[in-house]
Formats: sequence, structure tokens, C-alpha cells
Amino acid sequence: MENLNSYLIVSAILFSIGTIGVLTRKNAIVIFMCIELMLNAVNLTFVALSRHLGNLDGQIFVFFVMTVAAAEAAVGLALMIAFYNNKESIDVEDINIMKW
Amino acid sequence: MDMITIPAVNMTPILPEIFLSVLAMALLLINVFIPSGQKSYLGYISFVGVVAAGVLVGAGWGAPVESFSGSVVQDNFATFFKIIFLLSAGLAILISDQYMEREGCNHGELYPLILFTVVGMMLMAAGTDLMTIFLGLEVMSVALYVLAGFNRANLKSNEAGLKYFLLGSFSTGFLLYGMALTYGATGTTRIAKIAAIVGQMTVPSANIMLVAGMLLMLTGFAFKVAAAPFHMWTPDVYEGAPTPMTAFMSAGPKAAGFAALLRIFLVALPTLQVEWSQLLWVLAVLTMTVGNITALRQDNIKRMLAYSSIAHAGYALVGFAAGNGTGAAGILFYMLSYTFMNIGAFAVIILIGKKGEANGTVMDFAGLGFKQPALAVAMSVFLFSLAGIPPTAGFIGKFYLFSSAVQKGYIWLAVIGVLNSAASVYYYLRVMVYMYMKEPTEDFEWTRITPPIALSLLISVAGTLIPGIVPSVILQFAEQAVKLI
Repeated sequence: MENLNSYLIVSAILFSIGTIGVLTRKNAIVIFMCIELMLNAVNLTFVALSRHLGNLDGQIFVFFVMTVAAAEAAVGLALMIAFYNNKESIDVEDINIMKW
Repeated sequence: MDMITIPAVNMTPILPEIFLSVLAMALLLINVFIPSGQKSYLGYISFVGVVAAGVLVGAGWGAPVESFSGSVVQDNFATFFKIIFLLSAGLAILISDQYMEREGCNHGELYPLILFTVVGMMLMAAGTDLMTIFLGLEVMSVALYVLAGFNRANLKSNEAGLKYFLLGSFSTGFLLYGMALTYGATGTTRIAKIAAIVGQMTVPSANIMLVAGMLLMLTGFAFKVAAAPFHMWTPDVYEGAPTPMTAFMSAGPKAAGFAALLRIFLVALPTLQVEWSQLLWVLAVLTMTVGNITALRQDNIKRMLAYSSIAHAGYALVGFAAGNGTGAAGILFYMLSYTFMNIGAFAVIILIGKKGEANGTVMDFAGLGFKQPALAVAMSVFLFSLAGIPPTAGFIGKFYLFSSAVQKGYIWLAVIGVLNSAASVYYYLRVMVYMYMKEPTEDFEWTRITPPIALSLLISVAGTLIPGIVPSVILQFAEQAVKLI
């Protein structure tokens, strides 16, 4: 049980680091890396819980998360390239032509 | 050596999804052989495909089937939502052609992407396992990110795509973490099993892991349905995305978010209803108020409708906070009528607009009532319905949602809802004032209405008026649909 708790704490810390990174970083690619960190923190949670509960659902879930993260990376980097072509920057402070 | 036995799988529940996926992939291949300038044919094919999928989906009404050992289901609830998704996709395809031609980005990939989005949404509504719902959500989202940034050469569209991508995947992180914790608390990802296990807990609200999981899932879905305070991406993405895609995004994916929310919260976590309905009470009030108050001061019509769509998510959350049969049926009815009235309004915006997204303010509607009376009448119907004035579908939907709150004893929630609805009349009628009481500008040009967009306007007007005049037919369907959950 102690083992499970330490895994859960590590993944909660990783998730928080990712969240803080998304909120404070300025470069779109670094933000995306922080999002990946959040997803991998979730993966760690799933694997730890799966091991603890003794059923494989959590590990299967992790495969889907990894696949989806790869698809997201492809689409996200393509969007960043399209933005860079027009604006020559991927700094989120430059994503600013629309404001209320 | 023992052979691995593969269990027999009943494919019926996902037949429409398979059909649409195959069609989308085929269209991607066909696209290569069609010269640019004739990409509209792909639109016609995909429209026919969407109608065919609608027939396949409709055939499953009243015949519940469970498949893939209970992770996908074909029930009336899923069928009703699938019809909404297909309607939104069909209407979006009809209004895309003229706009994309004008903006010079009629790339053939548009139509397959719309179809993939629909497949994702359908899996979200049909999924009865957190895994299936997550996969559906991602299939939908990844395709939507591309659709928001579809006009590659336009900086606004780039921005919309990038913003949607960053904030969308950020919210996915929260949703997933919520699913992981729910799995940890219950030991399963199957919704029916979660319900059984949570039902056996003596005090489910004392299980911190479960409550944290529920809160994180609620956050994730609140992002997807654009509920305040998680709505910040909506106005920018809706303003920047190509107009037909904005119309599509505000109807289909929002309904899909509600489908998954209803399925998870009403089926898997009804034992925690006391806790989540209080949260949703606050969320609904915030969402309605923020959406309506900010919409009051918008001049850009797409941005105004973006804030209005936030407000409409708030009205739907009223029914969700009530969490009873009437509320759930109200959400289904409202999502269906919102699809018609909102996509119809965006179709008119497309016709008013000029190349390069010009003519996109409320002021550009000046004198439309004199120059193009038919178009102005159609727009008036949509605006009346959005404002919730009888005899339109919008009125019946709101009536149902607010009365569900009253039934549950949330009198104040209903009062705040009605007050909000009254405030919203101001900005909807402002457009009508411009249409009928202001002189048209000098350089008014007669807009060419192509047959597809005319068809979409006809369908939308019919879909807005008929349920408003004879609501009982569709309400019966909606009530049958929520009986299963």
C-alpha cells in the first residue's frame, strides 16, 4: 500500500509541474511538452493503479493514451508550423490578434 | 499449441461509425484525383454518406444492443444524439462549399475531417466505458483542431487552431486524470460496473479518490462544452475558425460533450448526485451570466454568437443540475433545436460575409430586410429561437429545462435562467433592428445563394419552427431516449 501511495504522489507532482508549466511558459512547443508531461503523469497513475488492483484495464488505457498523444503531437506541430509561416513566431504572447 | 479464441463480436452498434470511417478514408483517396476547383463533389458524396449513416442509425431506434463486452452500446439515448451529430455535420457540409470557395481554401480534406469528427462524437455518445468515451472524444478533438485552423493562409484561423489545440489538450489532461482516479477508486472503467461499485459504498462522498476523479472529469468536460469559468477559448476559436466550422463546432461537439457528461454522471455516479448537482448549479449560473453579459457588448457577430453559445451551454446545464428525467430530456431536445437555429444563423452570416472574413459585424446586417427579405425572415426565425420567443423550438427547450429545475426545487436557478434569457433578447434583437430599421449601406451587393446553402436554410427554418409548433413528437422521442439512462 505504501508503494502505491508513493507512485500516486509522484504522478500527482508530475501532473502539477505540467499544469504549472502550461500556465507559465510562453513558447508553444514548451507548453505542449508540459501537456505531454501531464498525460504521462496520468499514465503513471494508471499503471500504478492497475498493478495495485491486479487488473489490466489501466494498462490497456495507457496504450490508448500514448496513441492519442502521438496523434495530437502530429496535429499540434502542424498547426504550430502553419502559425509560424504566417507570424514567424510561436510565442504565445504573439497569439493575440483576437481579444475581447 | 492452443489457439487463441476470438470471441464473436456483434458489429451492429458501430455499423454507422464503420461506414463513415471507411467513407472518409475513401474520400481522402478520391480527393487526389479530383482537380482543385471541383472539390465540391466530395461535399456532395459526403452529404449522401451522412444521410445514409442517418438511415443506419435510425434503424437502430428501439432495439438496444450491447457489444464489445459492454463497452459500446446502441440504445435510444445514443441514437438520439447520433442523429443530432449527423444533422450538424450534414448542415455544416451544405454551408461549407460556398464559403470555402470564396475564401480560397476549398481543400478536399475538409469533408473527410468532418466525417471523422462525427465518428468520434458518435463513439462518445455510444460509449459505455471510460476508454471508449475518451477515444471518441479524442478522435473528435484532433479532427476539430485541424478544422479550426483549416484556412492555413489566414492568421486568425491559425490562431484559432493553435489556441484550440493547446487549451483542448490541456483540458484532456484533466479529464484523463479524473478517469484514472475514478478507475483507481472503483477498479473498473465500465460505466455500469462503476455505478454498481459506487452504489455499494456506504458513504461514496467520503472516498477522496472518487470525488477528486469526479471533479477532474467535470472540469475536463466543462472545457469541452464551454462552461464558465472554462470558456476562455471559445470566443477566440469561434471567431477565428472558418465560419461553417464555427457553426459545426458550436452544435455537434457541444452536444457530444453533454452526451458523455449525462452518461457518466447520471449512469455511473447517480449516488453522488447531491454533490455534483450543487456544483452544476453554480456552474450553470456562472455560464449563463458570463455568456450573456459579455455577448451584450460584442459587435463582431461571430464573437457575439460565441458568447451566446456559452450562455446556451448554461441553459443546458440548468437541466443537468436538475438531473431528473425532464432535465435530461430537455437537454436532448435543446441540443437538437440548437443545432438547427445556430447553424441556420451561421449560414446567414456566411451569405452576408465577403472575401477575407469581411462584413462580419452586426452593422453589416443594416437594411437586409429591404434588400433580401427572405434571408432576413430566416435570420429572424433563428434569432427569435435563440432568444427563446414562442413559437420556436428555442422557447420549448428553455421552458422544459427551466421547469425541470423548478420540479427539483431549484426555484432560484430557474429565475436566474429566465432573467438571463430576458437579457439575451437585447443582443439578438439588436441584429433585427439593424436588419429592419436601418438604411442599407451604399455598396450593398446582392448575395448569391447557392442551392446547397438554400437547402440548409430551409432545413434549419423547418427544424426551428416545427418542433416549436408541435413539440410533442420530438419530446416523446427525447423522453424515450433518456428512459434507458
